[in-house]
Amino acid sequence: MTRGPALGRPPTALLVPALLAVAFLALPLLALLARTPWSTLGAQVTSPAVLEALRLSLLTALAAIAVVAVVGVPLAWVLARVDFPGRSLLRAFVIVPLVLPPVVGGVALLSAFGRNGLVGAPLRDAGITVPFTTTAVVIAHAFVALPFFVLSLEGALRATDREYDVVAATLGASRWTIFRTVSLPLAAPGLLAGLVLGWARALGEFGATITFAGNYPGTTRTMPSAIYVALQSDQDAAIVLSVILMAVSVAVLALLRERWFDVAMQGPAR
Amino acid sequence: MSRQPTRGAEPVRGARGRRHGTAVATLVLTVAAGLAGCGSGSTRSTGESDRRLLVLAAASLTDTFTTLADDFEADHPGVTVKLAFDSSATLAEQVNQGAPADVLATADEATMRTVADEGGVEGAPRIFATNQLQLVVPTSNPAGIEKLGDIARPGVEFVVCVDTAPCGKLAGIVLDEAGITAPAASEEVDVKAVLSKVSLDEADAGLVYATDAVAADDDVTVVSVPGSQQNRTTYPVAALSGAEQPALAGEFVDLVLSPQGRRVLSDAGFGQP
Repeated sequence: MTRGPALGRPPTALLVPALLAVAFLALPLLALLARTPWSTLGAQVTSPAVLEALRLSLLTALAAIAVVAVVGVPLAWVLARVDFPGRSLLRAFVIVPLVLPPVVGGVALLSAFGRNGLVGAPLRDAGITVPFTTTAVVIAHAFVALPFFVLSLEGALRATDREYDVVAATLGASRWTIFRTVSLPLAAPGLLAGLVLGWARALGEFGATITFAGNYPGTTRTMPSAIYVALQSDQDAAIVLSVILMAVSVAVLALLRERWFDVAMQGPAR
Repeated sequence: MSRQPTRGAEPVRGARGRRHGTAVATLVLTVAAGLAGCGSGSTRSTGESDRRLLVLAAASLTDTFTTLADDFEADHPGVTVKLAFDSSATLAEQVNQGAPADVLATADEATMRTVADEGGVEGAPRIFATNQLQLVVPTSNPAGIEKLGDIARPGVEFVVCVDTAPCGKLAGIVLDEAGITAPAASEEVDVKAVLSKVSLDEADAGLVYATDAVAADDDVTVVSVPGSQQNRTTYPVAALSGAEQPALAGEFVDLVLSPQGRRVLSDAGFGQP
C-alpha cells in the first residue's frame, strides 16, 4: 500500500512534530507507570471492590455501545445518504455532547431523566426512577459515546462511493437491501472504529455518570468513579486502579484490532 | 482508502462570519477591561503602611471568613486580607511545601496536626467552631421523612458522602448510632454533591453539615438529627510560623475567637466549641 521509495524520504518538518506528539502523549503515561506501586497491584486486582467496579464498567460500556449501535447506525446513514434541509445543522447538533463538559452532560441528563425531569417525572408517576440505577450509568455512557460512533461511521459511509449504491439500485435492489449489502459492508472499518471508540469513551466516562447516576458500589460505581474516590484518600491506590483500567482497555483494543483487520479486509470483498 | 475527490468541500465562509468573530472579540476585550478596572478599583491604596495578610481556610469557611476578613480590613486601615479557600488537606499540604501564608484554618484537627507536626504552626492551634451533620430533605419531602429513622424505610433513597471524605466518616458514625443499616442510594464524593442531589429532589434525604443546610435554606428542609458528641467535627485555627506578618496573624486569630467572630460563625450554622 505504501509507496515510500517513489515519494522520497518523509520530510523532517513533519517527522519532528510527529515525534513530539508521541512524546507528549507517552510522557504522562510513562510517568504514571513510574509512580505505580507495583507491589500492591496484585492485591488490588483481586480485591472484590475493584473486580466489582471493573465488571460494572465493562458491562455498562458494552450495554451502552449496543444501544448506540442500534440507533447510531441508522442516524449515521441518514446523515451520510439522505439529502434534506438542515442536515449540516443536525450534524453539528450530534457533536454537541462531545464539547459539553461531562458534568454538564450529567446535569442535562438529570433534567431529562431525573425524578423531576421532562421524561423522568412521568416515569416516576409510573413507578420508575432512573437515577442511582445501573440503567442510569448505561444512559450516561450512551449519551457520551453516541457522537463518537456516529461521526466515525458517517465519515466512513461518506468516504465510500455513492456510485455503488446507484449501480445496486439499477439492478433492482431496494434501498434497505442496498444499505444492508452494499453501504454497511463497505463502511465496516468505520463501523468497527466507531464501536471501539465509543466503547472506550464509555469506559472512561466519569463526570456525567457520577452526576447523573451517583456512586454506589456494585450498582453505579464504575472504575473512573472508584479511581476518583480512591484519589481522595489514597493516591497510590488510585494510581494502581488507573493502571488496571488502562491495561484492560489496551488489552481489549489490541484484541479487537486483530479482528478488526480481518473484517476490514473481508468487508469490501463481499 | 479515501478516494473521495474534493467535491465534498464546504464553501469558505464569507466576511459575515468574520465580522461576527470580530464583534465577539471586541465584546470579550471590553468585558475583560471592565473586570480589570473593577479589580484595581477595589484595591485600597493607603501608601506606606500597605500590608498583606494571607489566610488559608477550609472551603466550608468561605462565607464566614470573607465576612471576617472585611471586618478585619475595616479595623486595620492599610491592611489587605487575601483569602484562599480549598479542602483542608490541600491547604495543609501547601503550607508543608512552604507556601507563604500567615494563618491557617482547617475543618478538622487531624489535618492541622499534619502542619503542627512539621513545625509549621506558631503556638498551639485553637478550636474556634464545630460542625455536625444534619438530615436534609427536599422542600416537597416526597418520602414524608420526619426523623432520621425514617430513611431506613424501604423505597426511601438517601445519599451520603463516600466514607473516604470527612463528611462520609461522620455519616457512618451517625447511621451506626441510629442503628440504620439500609444502604444509601449513592455515596457522593463531597458534601456539596449530597446537597445538590437533595435540593434537586433526586434523593429523598441526605446527610450534610449544619452549615450547608443553613446555606441552602430555601431548597431543603432540615430534619434534626439526635445530638451526639460523636457527630461533631472541630475547626482549629493557627498563626503560621512562616508568617510574614506575625503580629497581624495573631490579631486575625483573635478576631476569629472573639465574640464578634463567634457571632458570624453561629449565624452561618457553626456550633460553639
